[in-house]
Amino acid sequence: MDDGLINQRGLSVKIGAPKETFAGENRVAMTPASAKELQKLGYDCVIETKAGEAAGFTDAAYKEAGVEIVKTGAALFKAVDIIAKVRPPSETEAKRLTKGQTLISFFYPASNEALMELARSKGASVIAMDMVPRISRAQKMDALSSMANIAGYRAVIEAGNNFGRFFTGQVTAAGKVPPAKVLIVGAGVAGLAAIGTSTSLGAMTYAFDVRPEVAEQVESMGAEFVYLDFEEEQQDGSSTGGYASVSSPEFREAQLAKFRELAPEMDIVITTALIPNREAPELWTEDMVQAMKPGSVIVDLAAERGGNCKLTKADERIVTDNGVIIIGYTDFPSRMAQQASTLYATNIRHMMTDLTPEKDGTPNHNMDDDVIRGATITHEGEITFPPPPPKVQAIAAAPKKEAAKELTPEEKRAAEAAAFKAQTKNQVTLLAIGAALILGVGLIPNMPASFMQHFIVFVLSVFIGFQVIWGVAHSLHTPLMAVTNAISSIIILGALIQIGSGGFLVILLAAISVFMAGINIFGGFLVTRRMLAMFQKS
Amino acid sequence: MENSFTMAAYVVAGVLFILSLGGLSGQESAKRAVWYGIVGMAVAVIATLVGPGAGLWLLSLVLIAAGGTIGYYVAMRVQMTEMPQLVAAMHSLVGLAAVFVGFNAEMTINLVEAAKAAGEGVEGAFALLVAKKEPIEIAILKIELSLGIWIGAVTFTGSVIAYGKLAGKVTSAATKLPGGHLLNAAAALLSVVCLVWYLNSGAMLPLLILTAAALFLGYHLSMGSGGADMPVVVSMLNSYSGWAAAAIGFSLGNDLLIVVGALVGSSGAILSYIMCKAMNRSFISVILGGFGGAAGPAMEVEGEQIAIEADGVAQALDEADSVIIIPGYGMAVAQAQQNVAELTRRLRAKGKNVRFAIHPVAGRLPGHMNVLLAEAKVPYDIVMEMDEINDDFPETDVAIVIGSNDIVNPAAQEDPNSPIAGMPVLECWKAKQVFVSKRGQGTGYSGIENPLFYKENTRMFYGDAKASLDTLLTKIS
Repeated sequence: MDDGLINQRGLSVKIGAPKETFAGENRVAMTPASAKELQKLGYDCVIETKAGEAAGFTDAAYKEAGVEIVKTGAALFKAVDIIAKVRPPSETEAKRLTKGQTLISFFYPASNEALMELARSKGASVIAMDMVPRISRAQKMDALSSMANIAGYRAVIEAGNNFGRFFTGQVTAAGKVPPAKVLIVGAGVAGLAAIGTSTSLGAMTYAFDVRPEVAEQVESMGAEFVYLDFEEEQQDGSSTGGYASVSSPEFREAQLAKFRELAPEMDIVITTALIPNREAPELWTEDMVQAMKPGSVIVDLAAERGGNCKLTKADERIVTDNGVIIIGYTDFPSRMAQQASTLYATNIRHMMTDLTPEKDGTPNHNMDDDVIRGATITHEGEITFPPPPPKVQAIAAAPKKEAAKELTPEEKRAAEAAAFKAQTKNQVTLLAIGAALILGVGLIPNMPASFMQHFIVFVLSVFIGFQVIWGVAHSLHTPLMAVTNAISSIIILGALIQIGSGGFLVILLAAISVFMAGINIFGGFLVTRRMLAMFQKS
Repeated sequence: MENSFTMAAYVVAGVLFILSLGGLSGQESAKRAVWYGIVGMAVAVIATLVGPGAGLWLLSLVLIAAGGTIGYYVAMRVQMTEMPQLVAAMHSLVGLAAVFVGFNAEMTINLVEAAKAAGEGVEGAFALLVAKKEPIEIAILKIELSLGIWIGAVTFTGSVIAYGKLAGKVTSAATKLPGGHLLNAAAALLSVVCLVWYLNSGAMLPLLILTAAALFLGYHLSMGSGGADMPVVVSMLNSYSGWAAAAIGFSLGNDLLIVVGALVGSSGAILSYIMCKAMNRSFISVILGGFGGAAGPAMEVEGEQIAIEADGVAQALDEADSVIIIPGYGMAVAQAQQNVAELTRRLRAKGKNVRFAIHPVAGRLPGHMNVLLAEAKVPYDIVMEMDEINDDFPETDVAIVIGSNDIVNPAAQEDPNSPIAGMPVLECWKAKQVFVSKRGQGTGYSGIENPLFYKENTRMFYGDAKASLDTLLTKIS
């Protein structure tokens, strides 16, 4: 329990969202809906005036949801214990942090070390939403995925906006329209969202990813996975927490060759390839852009990190000499501020739910929790970044698949013959052992003939039993047990035979046996009949 | 004359019994097969009563009638979910009867010898038969009756304990006395020693000790088997009761007893074998009791169990085209089969493809689930076996797991250290969405963690299966 944080002012704990100061940022970290949920956790909610305006949430809507509205960002930072933001704080904002306050926002600590140090020196705890580990339990607060989902969708919409034709193929009275061909490079969250949007608009969609195991997901979204002619073992994304990693030069060559082959056919290319903590890999080279038809569109979702296409200019739409439009916007989520804010605010709310296990309005910053530990980058005056590796792998390692070999007819026949041989051998061995045993019994000296007679009956019966029971239907095993149970009360014959042969004790025991067997006969058969009567066809 | 008639009747009865078992190969022919069994039994009993069992026949009839009344009453009253207990209880009766008949044979031998020594005649069909025997035949007779007593006694205590476990009166965990298998071995050895002693001396005492050892062995073997192994144990006991009858048949020189005993014995043995195969368990380790030990630490299960309410399940079912329901023992315990059937009817009425996937060891008795579903009037042609349906899961929209656990545990395939590694399981996790109806977060009967519950496409529908389905049914018209 972080004592510095609770009831700093002797009041209940407040969560507040300031207006984003970054130019062009329309999102907001708290919506009226999320505020209501946060109040259920026991928190009071505060918002800076007009913070939600660009995302379509008016001050009135917040007021209605019971949110307190303050005039300025500075006042908000003073009034609250927990600050929820979208973008990393500006330097001014970071300076406003005080000891014991908690900041929840995107932070990108690896590239914002100075800012992190500033927050630490102020004594604030910072939870970076971009550091939430990728484990299933944390999916509900995985803001990167929420934003990537929006970016993928929006990328297709922007491409459509700049593309001069239909997505779907049509045959109209005014002529035939071919369907647009869309290639999506990188099938992460954004890529998959783009695939879904593109296929539902009716385009012929192709997708590529360095991780072959996502082919199934790609195909499930209705796109065609572009396979490479490449023999080397491709990497397994599970070892890197589900993200792609750097590929070998040979692999890269094969990949580029494939893209070169596809470039002239493609109308729209959406690249989403990012490798954690690295510059975006160049996948769509200049010559590929040259090869594309005029009017084609490239949307580079990696523009912020240098772009998958080197011609991309961040935050700009450019047209190349051969008429290809390259879109390098980096604010796709912000372009859909209402949707993005709703999802982001929900991610924050889930984070608060995990921080408030008791639902009592007091946060419990539990550093033993994998998710909270992973996302926290400063805490109690210490920098806690980078976090130790999570105890759990995000995705179970994919078992190495052994390709089932297609058997040739000859091999099949050989296998069948071998199986037949094995079976015969098995049977003959069993028969030999059985015969030897029986002959052994017959060889015992002075074995009376009467015994041997019974013995023959016994062995044959066992044999019949085995033959008959194998054929019994699986679903009838319970009736079978009931029947055999009823039949096994044939023991009554023994008791009946004995009951007449002298001796009080003999008669008594025999009588009890007859009685018990009687129960069994009637009970067993009746129950079987009851059961069987129930089985009916539809 | 009379004897030949009895023999002829026995032949007829034997054929009827074989037909009765063979007829169980299909649902329709099974209905006829049961009548063969009943007629066969009637022929056998009547033939015995007019032939060698004619002494005190009135008493016999009265006793059969009395026993029959109780049997009738029990059979009509029993719930289908209590079937496993009932079968186990009935096995114990056969076992005990075999013990009594065996002792009777021993006492008759003594009586006959005493009478012979005194130069008197003997009465009764069996006594006359014994009187005619050569000394070597008497010796064989003694071996046979000891075997009958021994197997009967094992069956008796084994069944009583199995009954207790299935009825929840005895803890279902596998418990062994200190010493474990050594105790079993000691009891078996003691039995052999007593047998030799008895053959040499002809005294009653060794036979009694042998019986006590067998009783202990039955008790201990059955106690040592975990609840999940019960289907195998019950069918093994079924088999034992048959072998006991066969052994008694030898000692009484009665061919019909031998035939039927052998039929029942082999039937039970095959059933147990099929069950063991279905669990990928070695036959020996199950009958000797105890789970095969885990070879290492079980795989860590990660993720969280995500709960869902009836609304969500109803919506998913509404959108689904194909549904597979996997019932287990939990459905039997909660008596939810009627609700399951109602759900099936409603979904089928909407044109959805609803099927059932039955694992060979679902429930506590082979075929347990089929009987329960049949009771609830689920048509049997949509009730599939594991092998028939396992390949269909990837094309299935919704799989509903009702009260089963181990039989849908992916650890059997994924975790080589799991105690159930290699056991064939229903691959329900390949369906697009899985709902698990379960009472709580516990690991259930066998105590094995189930990674299915943590999978991303799995939602936990907590609560008593019957109550849960009740709420679900209100949401589905």
